[in-house]
Amino acid sequence: MASSLIEKYMRMDKLPHIWCPGCGHGIVMRAVVKAIDELELNREKICIVSGIGCSSRAPGYMNFNTLHTTHGRALAFATGIKHANPELEVIVLTGDGDCTAIGGNHLIHAARRNMGITTVVFNNNIYGMTGGQYSPTTPTGDKGTTAPYGNIDKVFDICSLAQAAGATYTGRATVYHAQLLIRLIKDGIKNKGFSLIDAISVCPTYYGRKNKKGDSVRIMEWLKDNAVNVAAASKLPPEKLAGKFLIGELYNNPQPEYTEEYKKIVESFQRG
Amino acid sequence: MNDKNVRLMQGNEACVEGAIAAGMRFFAGYPITPSTEIAEGSSEKLPQVGGKFVQMEDEIGSIAAVIGASLTGLKSMTATSGPGMSLKLENIGYAAIAEIPCVIVNVQRGGPSTGLPTSPAQGDIMQARWGTHGDHPTIALYPSSVSEIYQITIEAFNMAEKYRMPVILLMDEVIGHMRERIELPERSALQIIDRKKPSVGPEQYLPYQADADGGVPEMASFGDGYRFHVTGLVHDETGFPSNSSEVTARLINRLMKKIENNLDDILRYEEENTGDADTLLLAYGCTARSAKSAMDAAREEGMKVGLFRPITIWPFPEQKVRELAQRVKRIIVPEMNLGQYILEVQRVAGGSCTVEGVNRADGEIITPEDILDKIKGVF
Amino acid sequence: MAVKQKGLVIKPDWCKGCGICVAFCPKDVLKMENNKVTIANGDACNGCGLCELRCPDFAIYLEEDEKDE
Repeated sequence: MASSLIEKYMRMDKLPHIWCPGCGHGIVMRAVVKAIDELELNREKICIVSGIGCSSRAPGYMNFNTLHTTHGRALAFATGIKHANPELEVIVLTGDGDCTAIGGNHLIHAARRNMGITTVVFNNNIYGMTGGQYSPTTPTGDKGTTAPYGNIDKVFDICSLAQAAGATYTGRATVYHAQLLIRLIKDGIKNKGFSLIDAISVCPTYYGRKNKKGDSVRIMEWLKDNAVNVAAASKLPPEKLAGKFLIGELYNNPQPEYTEEYKKIVESFQRG
Repeated sequence: MNDKNVRLMQGNEACVEGAIAAGMRFFAGYPITPSTEIAEGSSEKLPQVGGKFVQMEDEIGSIAAVIGASLTGLKSMTATSGPGMSLKLENIGYAAIAEIPCVIVNVQRGGPSTGLPTSPAQGDIMQARWGTHGDHPTIALYPSSVSEIYQITIEAFNMAEKYRMPVILLMDEVIGHMRERIELPERSALQIIDRKKPSVGPEQYLPYQADADGGVPEMASFGDGYRFHVTGLVHDETGFPSNSSEVTARLINRLMKKIENNLDDILRYEEENTGDADTLLLAYGCTARSAKSAMDAAREEGMKVGLFRPITIWPFPEQKVRELAQRVKRIIVPEMNLGQYILEVQRVAGGSCTVEGVNRADGEIITPEDILDKIKGVF
Repeated sequence: MAVKQKGLVIKPDWCKGCGICVAFCPKDVLKMENNKVTIANGDACNGCGLCELRCPDFAIYLEEDEKDE
């Protein structure tokens, strides 16, 4: 037996999952099904889409309509699904590399269209599946197997990127702040347009070890100490925010949703 | 024939008309010469029939959206040319292994790379067969007139749905942009094939269980209550990944056998004057039109020339070409590339007759005179 | 087999021994033993559920029936 939540929504014969001890992805995956459960969504109409990487193995464990696609392309597949059948609640589970490197173009355009897709980025700052290469969210100066002398790239702020491209809901939480993560995913799903939740996960196996950041407990302590809720941040002086990162709801500005706008075009012919 | 069904139509336009008649209700594409009219036409026509069009951010996104839409049950298509085809290849392989019906149109232009965007070519013949990585089945169809584009687009959808796989519709800039008279058939006269839906309930449904003939699994749609899993990884009958060599062999062999066991249904070709021919022209697409003119001219001069025109380019009509090769003295394969399809003809002829090419890859068509010179041995 | 105590259920075969639940339990209810979580001080559990919320492996949870009592 497992908890009633897990028994209800997971493919029990596929568990335990393949993720490493201390990997945060299981926390994020549970947050997604918890959000679905709390929203009492019709599971037959939920479609979970992923790309490639550690994150993207999640749908295989989740008992919904699930699609494990090619590297970086989850949002493009999801665009076809949502556009073809807007009744489906489409949730994309992706990683930092999958979503913002190889899939970066699909991210900005999915955000721009404001189609009703909720994207949850399992952001562990590294390419885990291939063994620890640096990603667009590996902090500058940190190491990866392809950045043996320290990464000189700058880091993407995925929420700012999505917001600038047109996403109408963005939020960030960490696997330490799992309760907040659940709330943000719920609010993201409730937003009719494109939503992105940056779920800061932990990779003790590659990112942690390569950068001597310790095990997942130590990395989660670091997340706890360095995350500042956006509500609190507005009251803090800039020097208190140096080196910190924001969590919470970062943007919420509903705009006309793509499939509803397209429906108007179709209906104009049905009336005629 | 009702007069209103007679139209002057461009090849790319006929492709859209055929697709809508076949039941296409989703198109995702990206602008690229010389296929763009197919996207334009789809954007205009689809909302009129309750369908969906989306212009994606790139070629890869277009084929991805098409596969996603097909999983919800809509007949789906994308159209492109060489550079876009190269970008779509990975996801065409995805559609092959995950068995997602879709149609990919490639209106060929000069290559490689950006090549000759506004000039015709037939350089993507081998790409159509072997472009995506790994062993996979391929169906590629290649019409050669505007009215045939209409008909073969319908057949491309029918085969995609029937065999649950991507079907490549090859065209070239000549037939894509050419305008010809077309008589649109009555819709009721068309044979339209839809994918087989599950015959069992969700509890019994295995999304990749071969049918009784060992071939094509029944296909549920997302949202139908079946809650199945789809992956580009090698998978077993349940749809979930497997590393087993036994499962892998079973899957890949079944995918190939979907084609091998149904060649009679899939192969389309046309032959003319092959009965007494000692010289056979073997040509496809726009070049087949030049070949026909060359044949007619040669026949007028008393030469025994025939024409074999494969419409199903892949799978290769091996048995038919072998038979012909044993009857004729030589086969001439004119094609607008430096020798691609001829490799298959040579392989199958196996030395039983001579096989010669007429080739050019400079953006100019092969004229009837070019082919006639070859027939007469004038170089 | 699941080990039960005061509504707290551990599924040892799924526990990968990461120690997250032990480190962040506000009442020091849990400890690691042979690389698996076990209940050291069940009486102290206040049912906050943080262990379940942060367990990446779904190996520890609060049983709902007992929580409701």
